[in-house]
Amino acid sequence: MNDWPLLSLVTFLPLAGAAFILVLNGAEEAVARNARWAALWTSIVVFVLSLGIWFGFDRSSAEMQFVERHAWIPGYGIGYHVGVDGISAPFVLLSTFLTPLCILASWHVEKRVREYMVAFLVLETFMVGTFVALDIVLFYVFFEAVLIPMFLIIGVWGGARRVYSAFKFFLYTLLGSVLMLIAMLAMYWQTETTNIVELMDYDFPPQMQMWLWLAFFASFAVKMPMWPVHTWLPDAHVEAPTAGSVILAGVLLKMGGYGMIRFSLPMFPDASEYFTPLVFALSIVAVIYTSLVALVQEDMKKLIAYSSVAHMGFVTLGLFAGNRQGVEGAMFQMLSHGVVSGALFLCVGVIYDRLHTREIARYGGLVHRMPAYAAVFMVFTMASVGLPGTSGFVGEFLVLTGTFQASTWAAALASTGVILGAAYMLYLYRRVVFGKLVKDDLKDMPDLDWREKIVFAPLVIATLWMGIQPKPVLDMMGPTVQAVVDRYEGERGYRNHATVPAPAAQAALRTEVSR
Amino acid sequence: MIADFALAPLLPELILALSGMALLMLGAFSSGDATRTVSGFAVAALLAAAAAAATQSDMRVVLMSGTFVSDPFSSFAKVAILLASAAALLMSLDYNEREGFARFEYPVLMVFAALGMTMMVSANDLISLYLGLELQSLSLYVLAAIRRDSARATEAGLKYFVLGALSSGLLLYGASLIYGFSGSTNFETIAGVMVDHGGGAPVGVVFGIVFVAAALAFKVSAAPFHMWTPDVYEGAPTPVTAFFAAAPKLAAMALLVRVLVEPLGALVADWRQIVVFVAIASMAIGAFAAIAQTSIKRLMAYSSIGHVGYALVGLAAGDETGVRGVLVYMAIYVVMNLGAFAVILSMKRQGRMVETIGDLAGLSRSQPLLAAGLAVAMFSMAGIPPLAGFFGKFYVFMAAVSAGLYPLAVIGVVASVIGAFYYLRIVKIMYFDEPAPAFDPVTEPGQAGVLGVSTAFTLLFFLWPVPLVDAAAKAAAALFGG
Repeated sequence: MNDWPLLSLVTFLPLAGAAFILVLNGAEEAVARNARWAALWTSIVVFVLSLGIWFGFDRSSAEMQFVERHAWIPGYGIGYHVGVDGISAPFVLLSTFLTPLCILASWHVEKRVREYMVAFLVLETFMVGTFVALDIVLFYVFFEAVLIPMFLIIGVWGGARRVYSAFKFFLYTLLGSVLMLIAMLAMYWQTETTNIVELMDYDFPPQMQMWLWLAFFASFAVKMPMWPVHTWLPDAHVEAPTAGSVILAGVLLKMGGYGMIRFSLPMFPDASEYFTPLVFALSIVAVIYTSLVALVQEDMKKLIAYSSVAHMGFVTLGLFAGNRQGVEGAMFQMLSHGVVSGALFLCVGVIYDRLHTREIARYGGLVHRMPAYAAVFMVFTMASVGLPGTSGFVGEFLVLTGTFQASTWAAALASTGVILGAAYMLYLYRRVVFGKLVKDDLKDMPDLDWREKIVFAPLVIATLWMGIQPKPVLDMMGPTVQAVVDRYEGERGYRNHATVPAPAAQAALRTEVSR
Repeated sequence: MIADFALAPLLPELILALSGMALLMLGAFSSGDATRTVSGFAVAALLAAAAAAATQSDMRVVLMSGTFVSDPFSSFAKVAILLASAAALLMSLDYNEREGFARFEYPVLMVFAALGMTMMVSANDLISLYLGLELQSLSLYVLAAIRRDSARATEAGLKYFVLGALSSGLLLYGASLIYGFSGSTNFETIAGVMVDHGGGAPVGVVFGIVFVAAALAFKVSAAPFHMWTPDVYEGAPTPVTAFFAAAPKLAAMALLVRVLVEPLGALVADWRQIVVFVAIASMAIGAFAAIAQTSIKRLMAYSSIGHVGYALVGLAAGDETGVRGVLVYMAIYVVMNLGAFAVILSMKRQGRMVETIGDLAGLSRSQPLLAAGLAVAMFSMAGIPPLAGFFGKFYVFMAAVSAGLYPLAVIGVVASVIGAFYYLRIVKIMYFDEPAPAFDPVTEPGQAGVLGVSTAFTLLFFLWPVPLVDAAAKAAAALFGG
């Protein structure tokens, strides 16, 4: 393997780009143009670098790879410690993949371009950092730091109710996270280490696991978001600028799922098992209830936001099914959702840029004027519905397979979500794209321009590729997922085996001997 | 003994005392206005004293018949106090001239206040504690009212004086109780008596602890003894407020830590309840009361009450980790607070100072650097990583969790979320709202310098937290006989 610090480069190169943009000088127009190009090139270079992870990744290993360790706060064992395994590597790639597309999609942002680009690059650093961190303190720092640029992105470049949404987003997620901080400190004092790899092998006392699990769950459930703490998401999505929604749906929501698979399952297996019915119940409510809510939305972004909550319900179902299909399905569902929902927000953004409204009723018959747009939108609608051949199918199928093994009822109820998902997405598509083109202001809407096509092309390819040939992605995560599942199963199996039958058997043996 | 005559450990105090008196003479006898000169020398004296404190040995040295102690703890606190005082003085020079109350007494009083503070943190006896505290307080009363033509400032000074005198009375009463039940005013002797007592403390000492803790809680403006803070902060001239919120707070906190940990360390079970209650009350008052404020100075007052609450969370742990947390927290707090006040001091429109939060509207458009500086301070005070304020909270909560104070830690973090609301509100006003008329450009090197250093520290602390944390750890170890 190469010696240069690939992960640190991928993590911190965007910061260098941001610093460069900050020192740009000159007329406002020139600065804006240079800031756009600098941000675009930085993010593309970061993506190309991150491909090094894809190609250099050893797919047969569940170990951490590309590990870097440096002393950070010596004496307390807290270090700058990064690495990727099959769980985090796909998310790193997802982040670096979406960022250049977001920047390209924001080409026409005219308000405070320099700050906008800086915010996105800083956000990229924090996102990637969250996924590569192998030290809980480092993880927490990145995980929380994400809030700052996102708060500014929603608040400065958002829509009409942006202030309310930005505050709600920030405070909601902060409240969840601070409890996790307390839990992390408790873990530190219990184990004397902040190393995630070591913590994954540590057996916490079951009673303590319960509390730790709840604290972590508070954070991840809000981030995910799970019903009933999902209410910040529709607000944040609706008010955020298009690219902000893409990052929010594409990457930030995945931090919750990533956290559950990285922390909750392997570190607190007993508690995870104990709370599985709770998670299943919340997930199923999310799947069914938010799907129904999505069905009646008037606002396109809100509809997609609610569909995100429903899709995340599948993710939590799969994760806590605790078997390989479930966890792999959840991982795949997250990746697929990252691409597809991001793309759907971009689709909304395209027509929003033209008509400046997200109200579904204001559209109709777009296929006559915008055939290319209709085709692209169709691909992502189908992927969101979970049509075979698209990435959405693979994730949902695996999740339902896994869930079926864990709980037939949960799988049966969750399956209704698939039907409802088809209902609200197709209904949306019909109202926006099909029908007669009667509204005057729609009659001169231009179709996708070259820039928009460049933005959508990689997303379409990714969606179809992950749907038709999911193997490379599944292979990448396979060994790690297996390790997590083994750890989860093994811990449960060991405990059940050791505590329940043993005393009885011993007692029987003793009576045998005494006779 | 030879060691008693080696005055090196007293060097910071000697520098301050001698230069304070010399500057007073210089100001009084020079013809014309000597304010600039005196201020320059005062800054130099503060910095020299800070350097003297920084170069003290790591040994614990007791001087002056056991009334004065120099150890890493006192050195740490002194360096922070003196640097903060110097920064506050630097920031105030132009402001005072512009507002027409630039007098040479101002820097002299600050030097004497700083002297009082260094004596507080080096006190090893109830008497020297009281003397240091009073030297500091008397200087501060005058500073609060130094703008004698302003009714608000006079009122602030008077209010501060009356309540301060009351708290001094409480302190003396508590000290006399402790003396009566332990037979000594010397910290080491008291500690010995308390250890010999074994399990329960004499009831008189418990009363004494309550009175002393209440008096010191007043000095650090912890709830429920915080009532004076918003009024004094609002009424006093802004540079004085900036000074109040930084150095004296740190000094009083260090004193509180020393009194509770050294002479009364054996009674941790008795005083912990007080500290826990005061911490919770302060965090809650700081979080809730600040929400409704419109004056930025009152908001900072409530914010400082909240921050004291967080620092006390570390003290509640009552061990070495906790004291380390308190010191890290206070040092970081002082830096970001000075940064925030550097911005507040720049809130000037057509030569007139403005101080409502609404005046900050759209600052990010008109003065991006100023807005960025204040935003960094605000996010940091809210405790968002990777800014310095997060690490302060990290260390105090670390101590609380290690001591098993889970409810306190949970209440603390929840309060920090509520507190985040009003810090965010300032960011919102600066970044999301439409611009108000622009402020006058900042031309004063003192403010710009303090703002730049503070912002850089807050922003980049995470890169290299080791020096501060190690120094705080060493200081904390010194209190526990390390």
